[in-house]
Amino acid sequence: MSLIMLSSPHAHGGDSIRMMMFTVMLALLPAAAVSIYLFGWLAFLLIVSCMLSALATEAVCLKMMNRPLSTVLDNSAALTGLFLALTLPAATPWWMAVLGSVFAIVLGKQVYGGLGHNIFNPALSARVILLISFPLSMTTWIMPMSAMAPAIDLYDFSICATIFFAGTDALLATSQLSLDAISMASPLGHVKTEATLGVPVAEALKAYDYSYLDAFLGFEAGSIGETSALALLIGGIFLLARHSITWHIPFAYIGTVLLLAAIFNQAAPDQFASPMFHLFAGGLILCAFFMATDPVSSPVTPMGQIVFGIGCGVLTWSIRSFGGYPEGAMFAVLLMNCAVPLIDHYFRPRVFGHHVDEQNAGKKQ
Amino acid sequence: MPAMLRTLARKMGLMAHSFSGGIHPDMHKLSAASAIEDVGISPVLILPMKQHIGSPCSPLVSVGDKVLRGQKIAKSEGYLSVPVHASTSGRVVKIEEHAIAHPSGMGMPSIFIEADGDDLADESLEPLTDWRNVDPTVLRERARMCGLAGLGGAVFPTFIKLVQDKRFPIETVILNGIECEPYLTNDHRLMVEKASDILDGMAIIMHMVGSSSGIIAIEDNKADAAEAMQEALDTKEGMDGVQVKVLPTRYPQGSEKQLIYSLTGREVPAGKLPMHIGVICQNVGTTKALRDAVMLGRPLTERIVTVSGDALPNPANLRVRLGTPIRSLFARQGLEDFSNIQVIHGGPMMGERLRHPDIPVVKSTSGTLALSQNAMQSAHTVESPCIRCGHCSEVCPASLVPNLLADFCRSDQFDKAEDYKLFDCIECGSCSYVCPSNIPLVHYFRYGKGQIALGRREQAFAEASRQRSEGRDERLAQEEAAKAARRSKVRKTHAPKPAAEPETNTLTSATDNTPAATAKPEEKS
Repeated sequence: MSLIMLSSPHAHGGDSIRMMMFTVMLALLPAAAVSIYLFGWLAFLLIVSCMLSALATEAVCLKMMNRPLSTVLDNSAALTGLFLALTLPAATPWWMAVLGSVFAIVLGKQVYGGLGHNIFNPALSARVILLISFPLSMTTWIMPMSAMAPAIDLYDFSICATIFFAGTDALLATSQLSLDAISMASPLGHVKTEATLGVPVAEALKAYDYSYLDAFLGFEAGSIGETSALALLIGGIFLLARHSITWHIPFAYIGTVLLLAAIFNQAAPDQFASPMFHLFAGGLILCAFFMATDPVSSPVTPMGQIVFGIGCGVLTWSIRSFGGYPEGAMFAVLLMNCAVPLIDHYFRPRVFGHHVDEQNAGKKQ
Repeated sequence: MPAMLRTLARKMGLMAHSFSGGIHPDMHKLSAASAIEDVGISPVLILPMKQHIGSPCSPLVSVGDKVLRGQKIAKSEGYLSVPVHASTSGRVVKIEEHAIAHPSGMGMPSIFIEADGDDLADESLEPLTDWRNVDPTVLRERARMCGLAGLGGAVFPTFIKLVQDKRFPIETVILNGIECEPYLTNDHRLMVEKASDILDGMAIIMHMVGSSSGIIAIEDNKADAAEAMQEALDTKEGMDGVQVKVLPTRYPQGSEKQLIYSLTGREVPAGKLPMHIGVICQNVGTTKALRDAVMLGRPLTERIVTVSGDALPNPANLRVRLGTPIRSLFARQGLEDFSNIQVIHGGPMMGERLRHPDIPVVKSTSGTLALSQNAMQSAHTVESPCIRCGHCSEVCPASLVPNLLADFCRSDQFDKAEDYKLFDCIECGSCSYVCPSNIPLVHYFRYGKGQIALGRREQAFAEASRQRSEGRDERLAQEEAAKAARRSKVRKTHAPKPAAEPETNTLTSATDNTPAATAKPEEKS
């Protein structure tokens, strides 16, 4: 105590990193619960293994760098693990989940100097590394329980354990099911494939049996945590209410996607999907409320955050509409992460008392 | 979210103005209901030579001298300074350095007065009861002579603000009764108990600056003070242009420039004073002291001090003679043992932590706190890395980006820190208060400001040395040239004049010595 320079203020509001990270985990609880409802033990195993391996990797890294191990418990590594799990397809095997967590902690965070120093969102960078390394596994979407039953029962632990530890092929071999019988395309993927064949969006969605309500509630194919817009919105509103995040990034991000989608959908409805479709599809809401708002890799100032959000929105919609990948949200966030130092530099708030002549002139009686 | 709602409300005209940022700390106004008590006179009073912003005073008395209450015992040196007065009658027993309210435990030459118990007043200053017919410049001199300095804690010499300048006519006089620091209640109690006196002071200020409109600003956590001021205002004659305004409580609303913005919607430009936009702002305690100086002819010898803190048994508001040891105030309120207790001079947000309670009450002592180790620990735990959450920029009332600023200061990138307007930081501590990583941001800013100031001094000194050296070289060259010219002349006439040589020599050495002699004292400064 005596060695610490005791400079004012001598009072503190009580916020801590641990508490902030915990709040975000709480906000992800609805999404995690829905993922377990949809994908049963598969989701549970994924979440637990990602979180545990992220914690273990963090501990090893800190040990190697001779840093205090106590910061393992600051909840940041656990949160990274949880984030990663929620962005993975349900049938991801255990080793891929563990590898992803190691990537997230080592390449996403510790190589930059640890907490607070990373340029990119650790979970998203790991997710992209996995997508590029294992493109097939990362785009094979197991049907959720709502669509799957009675083909296989994901609430049966032994079935899920087989998929998780031995791989989907092992299950298929024993149950004489084809992969097509238990998997489906994601709405975004389906629309993209059909678009390359020249099928208009509306027809493609009709053939897919797409429903906005299902998409909103989460009864569709996708990464385990991204399907339910409802659950994610509940978490997002909780974060806003708790003041863990501000409205700037999610509103600017989602608003930009909606605006672009609306304009182009009006102009060419056969080619471009509707704003509602974009809103509920893929990882937009997850990215807008949870990934893009990651404090470390997003701008500090309100104005910068709005610019950042708009950038994410433009990139997400562009990649979805014109890119090779069906989903662009995570690429968009990572690309905008690179621009953060620049945004922080150019979008500083006007300091109180500077450039006030015009301000005061208007208010003088 | 609240920030967004606030902006919305402002845009819709529901809320006139409100400074940006700010926090809502726990206010701990433990002594809000305790009436002001007089503590009497301590046996020995210690009066430091600097109790204001500006240069220190020099003593006018010597050991053994008898002094009276209100007698000037130290005179101000320089413009930005006010004199010090004896706060009771007695004898000067010693003049030596004594610890003052500074975290380093630094000392200051101080005059020690042994009280004789009679408390006889020096009545040489005439009461100016008819001040309405007194020239403002006379009143201004009275404010200076009586040692008035801002009692809100900044102790800026009061007389400097109380001036009529044709270029900057004062439209509004603001009475600052915000008292936004947690724990402190001295202004609050003064408003409740001495509302009429404060209004007299305000009328004097308005007369001095030639303004007819005024605002008494009070936060909504002091409803009784607002009521008392309003009541006094209703009964007072000739105060029609004055109104009481109750503002929603938010720290640091009491900061001058923030308060002016909240009330008028106008920003004081950086580097300028409120008077430049037609506003002056005075603390309620200072205003009461001005009234006493003018109407009673009484110099500043006492003030109200809030003695509080979570480790103090009986928090109170005390009327204290300047120079009274803080330890005796704590003892009076039931605290003798200071082990595991941190003593703060001022409030918890901007006050200084003291190494011991053996320092005297000075003009800036708005309060003194005894905080438990627990209360301090939460504010001073080991810092974690910045996670760039941006909470610091949200709460910064100056709209700075504290986390980037702290990074620049920490890594000695002072040019960048200045580019990010380090010197606009008012050190209110809101950023440190909300930081989830417990980064002592304000501490880094103080370090940065100190280093930059030091750098500027060194640069100015180097520049002066360079100019001196260049001047010398130039002069020598000129003399050399003159000598050469003379020599060639001599050679031309073929008639050597031996007297010329020594004469130039003495001239050279004389001019050579003078700048060297003047350089010495400059080096010291």
